Formats: sequence, structure tokens, C-alpha cells
Amino acid sequence: MTGSTAVGNAALREAAHLFAGVPPAPAVWCSGLRKRYGQRSAVSDVSLEVGRGEIVGLLGPNGAGKTTVIKMLLGLVHPDAGEVMLLGRPAADPAARARVGYLPELFRYQPWLSAAEVLALHVRLAAADISVGEQRDCLSLVGLAERAGDRVDGFSKGMQQRLGLAVALVARPELVVLDEPTSALDPLGRADVRDIVLAMRSRGVAVLLNSHLIGEVERVCDRVVILDSGGVAASGTLLELLGQRQVRLQLSDISPAAEARLAATGDVKRASDWFTVAVPADDAGTAVPDVVRDLVTMGARVHAVEPARISLEERLLGILRAGSATRSGEEL
Amino acid sequence: MTTVRTVLTIAALTLREASRRRVLLALAVLTVVLLALSGWGFSRLATESGGSALTSGEARLTASILLNLVMFGFSLIAALGTAFLAGPTLSGETESGIALAVLARPIRRSAFLLGKWLGLVVFGSGFVVLAGLTQCLVVRWTVDYWPPDLAGALALLAAQTTVLLTLAVLLSTAISPMASGVVAVGLFGTTWVAGVVGGLGESLGNDAVARVGTVSQMLLPTDGLWQGAMHAFQDPSVFVTFGGDDVAAFPFLSEAPLTASYLAWVAVWVAMVWGLAAASFLRKDL
Repeated sequence: MTGSTAVGNAALREAAHLFAGVPPAPAVWCSGLRKRYGQRSAVSDVSLEVGRGEIVGLLGPNGAGKTTVIKMLLGLVHPDAGEVMLLGRPAADPAARARVGYLPELFRYQPWLSAAEVLALHVRLAAADISVGEQRDCLSLVGLAERAGDRVDGFSKGMQQRLGLAVALVARPELVVLDEPTSALDPLGRADVRDIVLAMRSRGVAVLLNSHLIGEVERVCDRVVILDSGGVAASGTLLELLGQRQVRLQLSDISPAAEARLAATGDVKRASDWFTVAVPADDAGTAVPDVVRDLVTMGARVHAVEPARISLEERLLGILRAGSATRSGEEL
Repeated sequence: MTTVRTVLTIAALTLREASRRRVLLALAVLTVVLLALSGWGFSRLATESGGSALTSGEARLTASILLNLVMFGFSLIAALGTAFLAGPTLSGETESGIALAVLARPIRRSAFLLGKWLGLVVFGSGFVVLAGLTQCLVVRWTVDYWPPDLAGALALLAAQTTVLLTLAVLLSTAISPMASGVVAVGLFGTTWVAGVVGGLGESLGNDAVARVGTVSQMLLPTDGLWQGAMHAFQDPSVFVTFGGDDVAAFPFLSEAPLTASYLAWVAVWVAMVWGLAAASFLRKDL
């Protein structure tokens, strides 16, 4: 008996040792998601991943399918095809959502309950062991501590959205899905949400953030997935998406040869005597000094050289316009 | 275990909603008004029969008819209350978005639906049983009449409420909150009228007309259960006093008790309609 227990313990230790090196499953993994509403395709072949403790932004124009993708991840909309895993478990199993918090785009909570009662209800439904004190702390975090006992039907839209954020956070989630979390908030509220999201990352909580506020996404997200017409138009880290570094040069006495030298470096945009040149992604730090040296050699006068970086908004618009042009071309 | 916990949590939430939305208060006010009116009516009946205007048989017949009439009022209140509560509580939550945050929790949709249904059953059945019992106490106090099978009658009234709210739950998974309430109550009324028409056909010996009632009682068993409840409320001597087959033609007296096979059909009907509601709700995109 003792011998078999010792063998069992040894096997367990060995298994634990083997699994110790295996990274945890992603917070969200989905592949080939498709959804049609009648004749209209809302989502076509969307695959994405959110790593543990990662903040991923979901961007795209209205009707791109962002909310439908989120609802499919959470089992609220049934995909026509595709697979979803949440925190390492198939999303078809409701238990996969045990450590998931969600703030819907359409945030409404039982108007006949108080804010504290709404939180208690969600704690019970999540089967989480969260003390009343911790629930109160959650309301304090979103600035509703003073209104804990008030009924939700007396809340403004902004307060209801704050309550929704508390609901998403209350059951100690490992993944939080926020669908337009600041649509009803004032600038102060938006800053609060940004701080809360950053605090979640520091605690290792993964966040999938759908927001129209590109600046908000740019400030907090590690990675961005851009959806357009139901498909993934682009995705990557901010560095990958915006990594196309640029340099701005103020030049005069520029010859056609010097212009050709600039064009050889990367895409050039000219505005008066300012030239914006895209720096190659694989540049080891020599492209800018080399081009300045060559320009001077070719007789150009260099008045200023300054780094530039395209904003996420510019990049997003570029991707969406390119996609729109491609589709128009295909239709023709 | 988690599913049981979810069902009970949602059922308790539904009851709390009924209480907080003042549905309970509205029902309590309507019930008190109906009890007061019936109390006055029965006391008048007692005065009439005390003055020897009515024989004891006639007094029992009148008490039975009046009791059935008032109970029909209660069952109508319960029908309206539960049908119009089932709509907002299910399709209303789906439309408004309240259901989004709840159903994103680790719960099964079937458990959510069962919780809603259970809460409505407790609410509706609790109402008819309490109001019906109080009414019977009023009748006993005023005219000293006590139904032969009170427990059976109240159970059948509760079953009638359950049947109607199960239908309302099914409708609310497919159509808007208000439409589901209107359709459920409309069907309730239609089935009752079909039952009365069927009773007339039976009394007149017209099988085709009588079949209208039978078919409607199979399609939606509210009227069938109501007939059984009336039979359990009324005094057995009413057949003699009223005169045989004529009982079938009168809308507030019932000719025969329910058969076990009909009760089994009711159970199958409820299970079937609930299953349809669950299938519809499970497939729904929110």
C-alpha cells in the first residue's frame, strides 16, 4: 500500500514536472469563425488569439462584425462554423466562462435591483467565493461605492456602464471582454477605465477590448486585430502594425538624383520642402544616417531630420481604404 | 449541483422581480377587491336563503355557481399576471440586453429558462392557491359551504396557471414581450369560449359542436383543467338540483371530474411545450 502510494506520488511529480514547462493555454483562441444572418455574411473566417495577461484591441468600422465575434466567443451567438477555446476549455462548455468577465455593448442590468444586488447575483451565477467586502471594493473601483444600495433604474447611462464594468470584474476573472466600455463615459470615466485595464494587465488578466476610440486602444493594447467586412484585415503588435517607422526631412536644392535616392529608401511623401520617408522594417539603424550622407553628397541641403511615426488611426484608415479599394476592384 | 444552484437563483430572481415590479401589489389589490365583492354577494345569498327564499339544495347550487364564477375571476387574474410577466421577464430581458451579461456567466441556457419558468410557476400557483383558499374561507364564513375537494381544485387551478405560463414562456422565446402576453391571454380566452361552446353541443346532443370543446381542451389544456377545478369546487348535489345534462351547458358548472389519462396528457403537454421553448431559446442568437 505504502509502496503503491510512493509510486503514485512519484508519477504525479513527474507529470507536474513535465507540465511545468508547458505554457498555459491562451485566454482566447478561435479559428475559422463564420456567421451569416440570412443572405448577409456578418463574420467570415475570423481567427484570433489573446494570450494570458495580454491586452488585445479589436478595431474596425461599424458593421465589421466586432460585436458578433465577441458574442460568438461568449456563446451568446452561435457560429455557423469555427472553434472557440476560452482559458483552455472549449467554449461550448459553460464552465469555460467561469473566470470570464463581460461588459456588453448594450449594457443593461436588472432595474429593480440595487447595484450591490446586481453584483451579488453575478457572483452567485459565477459560483465564485467573493466576500461582500470584496464586492464593495469592486463598486468603489468604478466609483459607485456611494450608490451601492440604490436601484439601477435610478442610474444614468454612465453609471450603468460603470456598474457593468464592476460586474465584469467582480468574479476575479482571468479574461475580461469589454465591448465599447467607455461609450457612455465622460473623459474622467474614460481615464478611469484606462487605469483599470492597465491594472488588470499588471495582475495578469487578459483583456479583449473593442473600442471605437483608437487613442484608447493605442495607449493600452499590446496587440490589435483589425476587422473589416467580417474578416481580419490586419493583426499584430502595435510595433508590427505601426513599425513602419518614418523619418521627416526638410530639404532644399534637391536634385532628381537625390529624390531617387530618397525613393530607394522607402515610400516618400512630399509636402512643400518636407519629405516623409518610410524606413525599412529590417533597418539596423543605418538607413537614416546613410540617406542623409548621400543627400549631402548629392548637393542637397538638409535643414532638419526628425523621427516620425504613423498613428494607429492613420494605419487603420489605410488598411480599411485599401480593403475597400480591393473589394471595389473585385466587383468591377 | 451548479445547475440546481442556477435554477434556484434565477427562480428567486424572478420572484423578486414580480415583487419589486409591484406585480404582487397589483394582484393583492385586485384580490382584495374580488374577495370583498364576493364576500358581500355571498352574505346577500345567506340572507336570502335564511329567509327561506331558497331551499338548502338551491342554496348549495347557487353557492357552487358563485364560487366557480369568482374562482374563474381569480384564474383570469392569474392568467393575465403570469402571461404578462413571462413576456417581459424572458423576451424583454433578451431585447433590452439584460440577458447578455447573465448568459455570459458559466450557466446553461436551459437552467436559466427552467429557473424563470419555476419562478413563474411558484408565483402563479402560489397566487391562485392563496387567493382560492381565502375565497373558500369567505364562503364558509358567509354561507357555510365548503368544497368537496378543495385541495384537488386548488391543485388544478395551479396546473391551469402553469399550463398558460408555459405557453407564454414558449411564445416569449419567439416573439416580442407584449405580443407573447396578448397571444397567451387570447388563446386562454378562446379555449374557454370553445369549452362553453363544446358544453352547449354536448347538452344539445350535437357531436360536431361538442368536439370543438374536446379538441380545444387537448390543444391547450387550460379549459380542461378549469372544468376539473370547477367539478372539485361544486357540491355533488348540483346535478340533481340543476337537472342532469343541462349542467354541461352552463359555463360555471362542470359535469365530470378529470380522468387520469387527461392529467397525464397535461403533464406531457407541459413537458413538450417547455421542451419546445428550451429548443427555441437554446438556438436563439442574443
